[in-house]
Amino acid sequence: MVTFIIRRLFGAVLTLIVVSMITFAIFYLVPRWAGGSADSLASRYVGRTANAEQVAQAVRALGLDKPIYEQYWNWLSAIFVGTDFNTGTSIQHCPAPCLGYSFIGRNPVWPDLLDRLPVTASLAFGAAIIWLISGVAVGVLSALRRGSFFDRAAMGIALGGVSLPIFFTGIVALVIFSYGLGWTAPGGAYTPVEHNPAEWAYDLILPWVTLALLFAAAYARLTRAGMLETMGEDYIRTARAKGLVERTVVTRHGLRAALTPIVTIFGLDVGLLLGGAVLTESTFSLPGLGKYAIDGIFANDIPKVMGVTLFAAAFVVIANLIVDVLYAVIDPRVRLG
Amino acid sequence: MPTGDSFLDVRDLKIHFPTDDGLVKSVDGLSFTLERGRTLGIVGESGSGKSVTSLGILGLHNKRNAQVSGEIWLDGTDIVSASPETVRKMRGRRMAMIFQDPLSAMHPFYTVGAQIIEAYRVHNDVSKAVARKHAIDMLGKVGIPQPARRVDDYPHQFSGGMRQRAMIAMALSCDPELLIADEPTTALDVTVQAQILDLMRTLQQEFNSALIIITHDLGVVAELADDVLVMYAGKCVEYGPATTLFEDPEHPYTWGLLGSMPRLDRQIAARLLPIAGTPPSLINVPAGCAFHPRCAYEPLTGGRGRSTVPELVEADRGHLVRCHLSRAQRRRIWADEIKPKLEAS
Repeated sequence: MVTFIIRRLFGAVLTLIVVSMITFAIFYLVPRWAGGSADSLASRYVGRTANAEQVAQAVRALGLDKPIYEQYWNWLSAIFVGTDFNTGTSIQHCPAPCLGYSFIGRNPVWPDLLDRLPVTASLAFGAAIIWLISGVAVGVLSALRRGSFFDRAAMGIALGGVSLPIFFTGIVALVIFSYGLGWTAPGGAYTPVEHNPAEWAYDLILPWVTLALLFAAAYARLTRAGMLETMGEDYIRTARAKGLVERTVVTRHGLRAALTPIVTIFGLDVGLLLGGAVLTESTFSLPGLGKYAIDGIFANDIPKVMGVTLFAAAFVVIANLIVDVLYAVIDPRVRLG
Repeated sequence: MPTGDSFLDVRDLKIHFPTDDGLVKSVDGLSFTLERGRTLGIVGESGSGKSVTSLGILGLHNKRNAQVSGEIWLDGTDIVSASPETVRKMRGRRMAMIFQDPLSAMHPFYTVGAQIIEAYRVHNDVSKAVARKHAIDMLGKVGIPQPARRVDDYPHQFSGGMRQRAMIAMALSCDPELLIADEPTTALDVTVQAQILDLMRTLQQEFNSALIIITHDLGVVAELADDVLVMYAGKCVEYGPATTLFEDPEHPYTWGLLGSMPRLDRQIAARLLPIAGTPPSLINVPAGCAFHPRCAYEPLTGGRGRSTVPELVEADRGHLVRCHLSRAQRRRIWADEIKPKLEAS
């Protein structure tokens, strides 16, 4: 087990390094291949009215005149030891972990990310709990009553839930529950949970439910399929032959086995969302990581976008690691070594 | 109200499954009795209704897709008409089952011990520690070495034979009066088969339970059974003491089964004598005698084989046969044609 975790940790670090290379290449190498010069890259940082002298200065400040591997190395090492940025008017220190410096916001990206993380985490975990419980419950009931009205209605709604994009369901929900009925916050507000938990939940309930609907639909279908399969297994017949009550047969024997793939996907989904639920945060104007990335893209603020990308990648890699370890806990047949 | 004179008394049991293609008559009018301490072997090809019968006795058929009628009296309680909750309480405690493939019949995510403990605690209000001790005792009883250590292993950590032993331990954990073994040795290799059969015989004597062995393997029946019931297309075609069925079988289908059984006392080079044709569809069971399309002696019945369903008639004391041929015909064919072939080959 310990060997396995160490090996997977090593693999995770390797994955992150590859991700960092690809991210760097997309923002620094691909524009060059596409014919961009160091000047054209630097001009993004100095504004439209800059003269040639200012652009040349920016090229030097950003190190764009150096070989690409050196640029990559400087960018990577900054994450571990920090670095200094010359903004033209002053030298700004960006302490480790330095995921870049936003010349537009005139601040390092890392503290921004830490600021935004609680919003995204609140959104992701809140929605995750809702979709996991509701999706699994609906899936189990559908499987047990296959072909019934409940099953067909639930699977119909699930199909809708999977198909409808969040910017549609989100806006419809806002129109009905916030502007129409006035039950929920109109979006755009976020109260930290440590300040006022009730307020926090009030602000987030609509994004939670909207985001959860999308995932709950998929989880319901997945649970239903898994339950239909496991309830036909021989060991279910054995459980019944022992004289267990049907509820125990369904939960302890059927659901227990059907849950394995769901736990796997759940870990990956939550990991992915922690990197920013871009559409949900945009629809509800929540100041999370996804919104931060979108703002960065529209403002052409490349360090922000790169920072979020790497941050999100780290969550996915960590989630993968946790899922792999959990798998051995859930299914004793999986031997780690 | 009849309560059944025997310990287990199955009367005119019918288990039908309505499907889109028609009514599947898996079991169609089956009757037999069984006493404590006795072993009944139910023999037949795939699809003859053996396993459906055993699940019926445990009351495991879903009312939504199976139509069960008739009576199954187990020590004074009719399982067919009793409430689901009554039958559930009987399952595992009064009647238990050993399944064919112990790897798929045990839950892969729970230890062998946990599964035995669960079976014991459903029917016995005891602490986990007591149940665990009982589980270890049971594992020891079925011949698993170091039971105190193996109790915490998962099914996949057991060998095939050990798994079947654990399955038997689980089935016997509540000391059931009726034990049904559905092809208990089919998934095992030959040397292990013999050990498991020995074990079942020993335990049956110790627990004095009634035992039903369901199999297509006549060797298993010869090994264990006191009585044998041969099933074909959901009906009993021959029933009698095991010795009679092996020495003087009277139904052409039983002859076929005997002919297709490999035997050590035959010459190695001897060929098996397979039964012609395939088992019938249970939706369109052949008219008349269900076996007539595969029966070489059907012409001797003068057309009755194609038109009339033969009755199960007592040919001799305790020996029932469902066949249109006269007893004299059957005895002559067996003595003159079949028996010499089986022995010569």
